[in-house]
Amino acid sequence: MPSNITRPDQQHYVAPVEETPLVAIDTVKAEGKPSNLWTDAWNDVRKRPMFWISSALIVLVVVIALFPGLFTQVPPNNDCQLANSNGGPTDGHPLGFTKQGCDIYSRIIHGTSTSLSVGIIVTVLVFVLGIVFGAFAGFYGGWLDSVLSRLGDIFFSIPYILAAVVIMSVFSQYANVWVISLAIGIFAWPATARVLRAEILRVKNSDFVMASTALGVSQFRILVRHVLPNSIAPVIVITTISLASAIVAEATLSFLGVGLPSSTMSWGNDISAAQTDLRTAPQVLILPSIALSITVLSFIMLGEVIRDALDPKARAQR
Amino acid sequence: MAGYIVRRLLQAIPVLLGTTFLIYFMVFAMPGDPIVALFGDKTPPPQVIEQLRERYHLDQPFIVQYFIFLGNIFRGDLGTSFSGQPVSEILAATFPVTLRLALLAIFFEMVAGISVGLISGLRKGGIFDASALVVSLILISLPIFVIAFVAQYIFGIQLGWFRTTVGSGAPTQDLILPALVLATISFAQITRLTRASVIDTDTQDFVRTAASKGLPRTRIVPVHILRNSLIPVVTYLAVDFGVLMVGATVTEGIFNVPGVGRTLYQAIIRGEGPTVVSFVTVMVLIYLVVNLLVDLLYAVLDPRIRYAK
Repeated sequence: MPSNITRPDQQHYVAPVEETPLVAIDTVKAEGKPSNLWTDAWNDVRKRPMFWISSALIVLVVVIALFPGLFTQVPPNNDCQLANSNGGPTDGHPLGFTKQGCDIYSRIIHGTSTSLSVGIIVTVLVFVLGIVFGAFAGFYGGWLDSVLSRLGDIFFSIPYILAAVVIMSVFSQYANVWVISLAIGIFAWPATARVLRAEILRVKNSDFVMASTALGVSQFRILVRHVLPNSIAPVIVITTISLASAIVAEATLSFLGVGLPSSTMSWGNDISAAQTDLRTAPQVLILPSIALSITVLSFIMLGEVIRDALDPKARAQR
Repeated sequence: MAGYIVRRLLQAIPVLLGTTFLIYFMVFAMPGDPIVALFGDKTPPPQVIEQLRERYHLDQPFIVQYFIFLGNIFRGDLGTSFSGQPVSEILAATFPVTLRLALLAIFFEMVAGISVGLISGLRKGGIFDASALVVSLILISLPIFVIAFVAQYIFGIQLGWFRTTVGSGAPTQDLILPALVLATISFAQITRLTRASVIDTDTQDFVRTAASKGLPRTRIVPVHILRNSLIPVVTYLAVDFGVLMVGATVTEGIFNVPGVGRTLYQAIIRGEGPTVVSFVTVMVLIYLVVNLLVDLLYAVLDPRIRYAK
């Protein structure tokens, strides 16, 4: 009998794993960083200039909204002189004046917080409603799914700007940032719920969910701890983009005259007020429009970058 | 196919009841006097209030009011505007103009969106693809009223190519500029859908087979790739219709197009709440019908939908 048999019951020589080429396959690089969807996405995102450009713009917009005093000393409302009506740039007033003779630059700076607040409130509302409806419909299925999905269909069937127009017509006396955000958000959530529901239907049949069930973890805990975190990626994408849509919706409602009261500083109100003088003073309309569009563009660009990073299919198509 | 149509029609009923109920609820179930609330800070003449109270049967329980409202809609009675004209008559007069505008816009966005999407998809990662992405992102970021004003200023006032407002009878050449503006909203979406779909189709086996049979690229692209890439674009039409209705309200208002959108726009601007409610209800009903038709069309195009349980 050969002396190098490793175990008594073995008839032939079996090399220890360390001596075979297989060792290369079996070796796990201990010093390698663990990889998951989020670190992969971060590694992808930080290489893209679009991510840094849009993030920088968003940071700028947030800083302007929080501390308008850092950017202008001119009061946006008082200090308006009709003598300056639709006037061009002068010393200390780099962008000229509105029809009422107010400083355009100062009004743009002070209007930022309105747009951003509406965007954020609507987004939080859509995120919460979308997750509650989408998660319960997708995870529990059955009659709950039917009821929640039909309810979503009903809200989805009314274009949300039209719904907001009706709500704001009824509540015109109470119009403020909160009311307008509710009016937009209450009809904007079904898209998020649908996306989440589809994703949860896919995830809930995974092995790790079955393993948790086998271990006796409660259904609700499985949903919150295992299914939701694994199906949230598409919701993040749609949420970033819905922030941009909410800002546009507020401006559109204010433009239609059913948005915020004219005393509230808002880009939509300023654009609306400038439309009668488009022929003679287009800059009064165009300047706040540029501020509005750059803000919206930065959120859409960020959403775009995140989509590319989180959705493998979008990444392959790049 | 018949089974699918029946199933789809039955599904539409709860949505139809739900949406009309929701609109009615938003307006009439709120605390306070809904008629006064609908006028905002304006005080309407007492006979108008009296007439509206009678029309909406505000002395009845809420659910009875709703069914009376629903019954009125299905009999084609949508109430009267403030000038005393029945809303249904106004609709009949304005709808053809809006339909022409919408069809023109759909034509523009489809031609531009599909061609740009096709070229981007076939040459993905190229300069054309990158510039198309930038242009479409900018177009998505611009609110429709900004695009409308800028177009009106540049092409109407500065260059003088188009009239800034639409003339009486809405001749088609006057509708071109508003339709182009309207088309920009969905252009980006259609481009993106077509591009993704083209990239997907380009890697399919039947495209490789066609190429290995020796077919020229000039035949593979239109016959094998493009035709099979269009299904998502067709389904998008249903969503697009809702986008177009909101867009038309703003665009028709700005360009003074005598359509449904402008009527709604003026009712909103003047704070004529009851007219706004009637028009929004009608628009939502039209939207539901269009969605139903597109779903049926989709089933005709793609047998998998028909037979799916």
